Amino acid sequence: MAAVRAQRSPKLGRLERPALTGVLVREVVNFSSYWRSATFSSTVEPTIYLLAFGFGFGSLVSTIGGYDYVQFVGTGTVATAVLFSSAFPAMFGTFVKYQFQRTYDAILAAPVDTEELVTAEALWIATRAGVYGCVPMVVSIAFGLDPRWGMLAVPFIGWIAGFGWACFGIAVAGHAKSIENFSYIVSAVLTPLFLVAGTFFPLETLPGWAQFLGNLNPLHHCVELVRHAAFGWEGWSDVASAAFLAGFGLLMWRIAIRAMTRKLVD
Amino acid sequence: MDELAIRLRGVVKRYGAITAVDGLDLDVPVGTCVGLLGPNGAGKSTTMRLLTAQAIADEGELEVLGYRLPEESKEARAQLGVTPQLDNLDVTLTVAQNLLVFAHLYRIGRGERHDAVERALEMAKLTDRRDTRVDKLSGGMRRRLLIARSLVHRPRLVLLDEPTVGLDPQVRQELWALIDALRSEGTTILMSTHYIEEAQRLADSVMIMSHGKAVAAGPPAELVTEHAGHQVLEVYGPPPRLAEVEADAGAAGLRTRRTGTSVSILGVDGGDGFNIDGERRPANLEDVFVLLTGEEIA
Repeated sequence: MAAVRAQRSPKLGRLERPALTGVLVREVVNFSSYWRSATFSSTVEPTIYLLAFGFGFGSLVSTIGGYDYVQFVGTGTVATAVLFSSAFPAMFGTFVKYQFQRTYDAILAAPVDTEELVTAEALWIATRAGVYGCVPMVVSIAFGLDPRWGMLAVPFIGWIAGFGWACFGIAVAGHAKSIENFSYIVSAVLTPLFLVAGTFFPLETLPGWAQFLGNLNPLHHCVELVRHAAFGWEGWSDVASAAFLAGFGLLMWRIAIRAMTRKLVD
Repeated sequence: MDELAIRLRGVVKRYGAITAVDGLDLDVPVGTCVGLLGPNGAGKSTTMRLLTAQAIADEGELEVLGYRLPEESKEARAQLGVTPQLDNLDVTLTVAQNLLVFAHLYRIGRGERHDAVERALEMAKLTDRRDTRVDKLSGGMRRRLLIARSLVHRPRLVLLDEPTVGLDPQVRQELWALIDALRSEGTTILMSTHYIEEAQRLADSVMIMSHGKAVAAGPPAELVTEHAGHQVLEVYGPPPRLAEVEADAGAAGLRTRRTGTSVSILGVDGGDGFNIDGERRPANLEDVFVLLTGEEIA
């Protein structure tokens, strides 16, 4: 007996738009059921950091590197908001979706490949991060930061950084054996990166080796770009930061796809 | 000549030292319902995963709807409906939202999406529950939705992995009606199950798997006649008595199987002089199943 040959459809490619759209539609429809809690945690936390550090330390330090301290922190915590709304949802969301909800089993049984699944999930998280990232800046404006045209670039900066962190989170979830493993990543990777990013104090005050490491921190480049968008661009150094973030995103994207392919296809 | 919706030849899938599927051949002709029957761990679910390329075979040839796997699996998946064993509906979404998401994932055009969702709601008899959140549905409704979700794009082939596992008899019968309706529409079905009655009722032909291999295949009635004869004599008694009966039957060249509290002597067709008090009953697929897959559960 011959296998069916009739009704063959044309060969389907990689990273197809209908596949990406399908996964994005699922996320957007789901978001309608939990947007309140997601928006709450992604905006309130960085705002608390902004208020606590801005007004707490702000009463001791009035200016830093020529900036008003509240505004320095206000622009810096944009990166914090981006990190909190990308790396964390990516880690936990991905793990829950493949381990507990088995959502990815259903999606991969449809004409969607792991590469498309990971890409669409990262695009979605990046978009959310781009939007949520603006919250601390808006709060800062309410507290006296002067609006500038350059600030219109902030959602895009948040988007690029958010894509990289989303892929980082997906890759971590792809390697994690249990959800408890995330504590290692949070304590050993994310917390140090979060503190040594130039958010609350400039890296220039640190010893040389820490400054060098800080320059390898994607979050630091996000902080720099946002600050320059708010206070004035600095030319090539901003181009280099943007390139660094794009490179980080590309690298993490491929690592995430690899990790999830190993996890989901056996 | 019949066309095949699924064709597997010599398929092997290993997980480390364990060989989950061990040289499997499987034919599913277009328009038929084939049941994969086997105890837990026989390789049924791995076979299902191989067919969607969520597992990649180590050896052998796989063709689904004329597409070679794993290279052309995406094309095959576009025309395939899959009902997983574990419920993976989006529980915070409504019934209609779940179907809508899958209408997108299966690339149904904008103009046809609404009709596709309506049709699936009707099939699952959930039209009046369209706006109910999934976590508010009963177990039976959820399972009907899970099956309907795999049908939104009118697939030519449907894979049902243990479609009724863990459900009440009433709910199970509801689902059988749904699967039977699908079958009568001409959809090809491959269904894995360890419920023998399910396979006997729904499947045109059955493949019994054990330790990753096919141990028998054919229409249920033929398998029963071939392996267990027409009549079975079931003898009840205390364990020593049962052991004695087994020994006697063995000496007479008859095959037996334990049925918990009794011994079933297979193939006691006609008056062949093996006269022990017991209940005569027609042989069934369960006799074949236990005979071929062993009495102990690994």
